[in-house]
Amino acid sequence: MAVKSYIEAVRDAQDLALGRDENVLIFGEDVGKNGGVFRATDGLQTKYGVDRVFNTPLAESGIGGLAIGLASQGFRPIMEIQFFGFVYETMDSIAGQMARNRFRFNGTRQMPIVVRAPYGGGTKTPEMHADNLEGLVAQNPGLRVVMPANPADAKGLLLSAIASNDPVVFLENIHLYRSLKGEVADGYYTTPLDKAAIAREGKDVSIITYGGMTPVVLNAAESLAKEGIDAEVVDLRTVSPLDIETIGKSVEKTGRVVVAQEAQRIAGISASVMAEISERFILSLRAPIGRVSAPDTVYPFAQAENDWMANADDVIAKVKEVVNYD
Amino acid sequence: MSNISNLNHQILDFATQLKAQDDNFPTLSVLNNDGQIVDEEALKRADLSNDDLVKLFSSMLLNRQLDIRSTKLAKQGRFGFFAPTAGQEASQMGTAFAFRAEDWLFPGYRDIPQVVAKGWPIYKAILWSRGHVLGNEFKTEDGQPVNSWFPQIIIGAQYVEAAGVALGLKKREQNAVAYAYTGDGGSSQGDFYEALNFAGAYHANAVFFVQNNGYAISMPRADQTAAAHLAAKGWAAGLPSIVVDGQDAIAAYLAAKEARAWAVSGKGPVLIELLTNRFEAHSTAGDDPLRYRSKEDIADWWKKDPLIRMRKYLTDQGLWSEDQEKETIAQIDARIDADIKKADQVDKQKISDYLKNTLEVPSYVMREQIKKFESEGR
Ligand SMILES: Cc1ncc(C[n+]2csc(CCOP(=O)(O)OP(=O)(O)O)c2C)c(N)n1
Repeated sequence: MAVKSYIEAVRDAQDLALGRDENVLIFGEDVGKNGGVFRATDGLQTKYGVDRVFNTPLAESGIGGLAIGLASQGFRPIMEIQFFGFVYETMDSIAGQMARNRFRFNGTRQMPIVVRAPYGGGTKTPEMHADNLEGLVAQNPGLRVVMPANPADAKGLLLSAIASNDPVVFLENIHLYRSLKGEVADGYYTTPLDKAAIAREGKDVSIITYGGMTPVVLNAAESLAKEGIDAEVVDLRTVSPLDIETIGKSVEKTGRVVVAQEAQRIAGISASVMAEISERFILSLRAPIGRVSAPDTVYPFAQAENDWMANADDVIAKVKEVVNYD
Repeated sequence: MSNISNLNHQILDFATQLKAQDDNFPTLSVLNNDGQIVDEEALKRADLSNDDLVKLFSSMLLNRQLDIRSTKLAKQGRFGFFAPTAGQEASQMGTAFAFRAEDWLFPGYRDIPQVVAKGWPIYKAILWSRGHVLGNEFKTEDGQPVNSWFPQIIIGAQYVEAAGVALGLKKREQNAVAYAYTGDGGSSQGDFYEALNFAGAYHANAVFFVQNNGYAISMPRADQTAAAHLAAKGWAAGLPSIVVDGQDAIAAYLAAKEARAWAVSGKGPVLIELLTNRFEAHSTAGDDPLRYRSKEDIADWWKKDPLIRMRKYLTDQGLWSEDQEKETIAQIDARIDADIKKADQVDKQKISDYLKNTLEVPSYVMREQIKKFESEGR
């Protein structure tokens, strides 16, 4: 065990995957000598050579197409989109093609691709860089969307994603890259896809969240505990498909729910979570489901990010509303 | 007379074809490294008055000072995002000098100086860099419109949009063009090819620039494409396409001026590749150029500094002096200082304003959110 940053965990997983299977390839803009603009692939080209870890020309659509082609040749591509805000350039490769190929080939071909990208905000990047576009990809059947909330999960989930024969969009929170450190087991291990985690046990209310919002919610839960409200925090980890079983158990236990996301209210995953809960567990609810999100504007300019993003106080206020409903 | 066999041989001679691709793109240059004119004819064709030459050089100095000051301020956390421009002054200001107020500029994130040259106040550029929405109001100090799009972050997007504006100008029979900038990296994007092809197909009023500054972040030009010349990419779309010495402000101006004249006369777009260099980091946000290029390479390029040759030429012509330069730089610095102050005084952005600006008619939920943020004074 060692304490690692989130980005070190991501790098560690890629290092291990390259070492274990020679079919694993990493490519994207600046992933080579530069080690990626965030250094998520630092040193990997030196260690594994330019045939395994290589820069591409500047064209996301080309990168996506390349991944599909290489996957069909038995490789296991890990393609990096430098910032997820640039994903629109390759949405056809991801949503139009790789998500549907298994189905279109009648299950006779696999698409073992990982699309890695930093997402989310709070680091004052220039406009168009930060964004919460998980909803955009999550609404495509045929894709898994994984959003780890801590270093240990980042490593274990990325190794599972690379091992998966289905395409996985693996979204790394830009703010957590360096701000969050945690214990990460050495060596190869996997954390199962499609499984949510109980990040904190509690009995009064379930706060369902994911990705960059999880540490914010955990902080809020600690404050709430001091006021006598014992919140359970469910970290979805895989946001598509949803782990209905874990969600359901928690809802049945607490009877009260707040869904918290970094994305705008109109975007993200909260709407799906709320819909599933309403359809399946409504009789367990003792209050309407609360929601915390960013407002419905275009992603803000850097200087306004702090005011714009939902914070722990927003979570605390919403939880109190739900807890004090009756 | 060539027979069919000869022709077939020519067609199948791939090596000769590759060589022809290389040979067909000589580099236009007027001024050499030492500030001497290498092509008198071309200089005449440029038709720059003494006054023009001084104005052009002064705009290059503004560009350099903006670079020096912005980089310093960015390090102190007082600027915001900044993409250094040192090395590209001739390429940026030489070309910009050929366009008029009625022409539409499509800049990339590094092309701030061209927007400033069009009358965008420096404090707005600072606000743009800091991520303040008022930086995206393109008006002069006294409220006149500046025909510029925002500096585009999504590489390639400005090209296709420029093609659209260029077609619009043609349809409205305007005496104006759209001119767009991207980099060597940008020339790999699908949007780049689509723009050239669309603008070409419609014979639209567009001038496209590729500033080949050697690197796309860490990616050297040689790894970006197998094409010997980025200008050659215009041929596939049927555009006149040329390579220009981008360290030579007069050549850059001449090429841009003639391309503008061609495009505005309805003959269609032109593609211009400018051979230049970025002397500094990709951006002030943590890029370390020594990860991907050598100190020697950087030092060699500094020797080709576009300011040196222009300064020499003007001095030789008796149009410029050390004192004049000192005075100009002092004026520029004072202007930048005043604009920083102005930028510092601008009010914080309001989330409620954001909500009002996202759609003309806000939704039910947005109206709720507007009320909430207004009540909190946000
Ligand atoms: C669509 C898109 N992909 C990736 C990026 C990230 N990025 C910003 S600048 C850059 C390199 C651009 O190189 P080039 O076009 O040569 O222009 P230069 O920066 O050298 O002026 C990259 C990859 C982006 N801004 N937009």
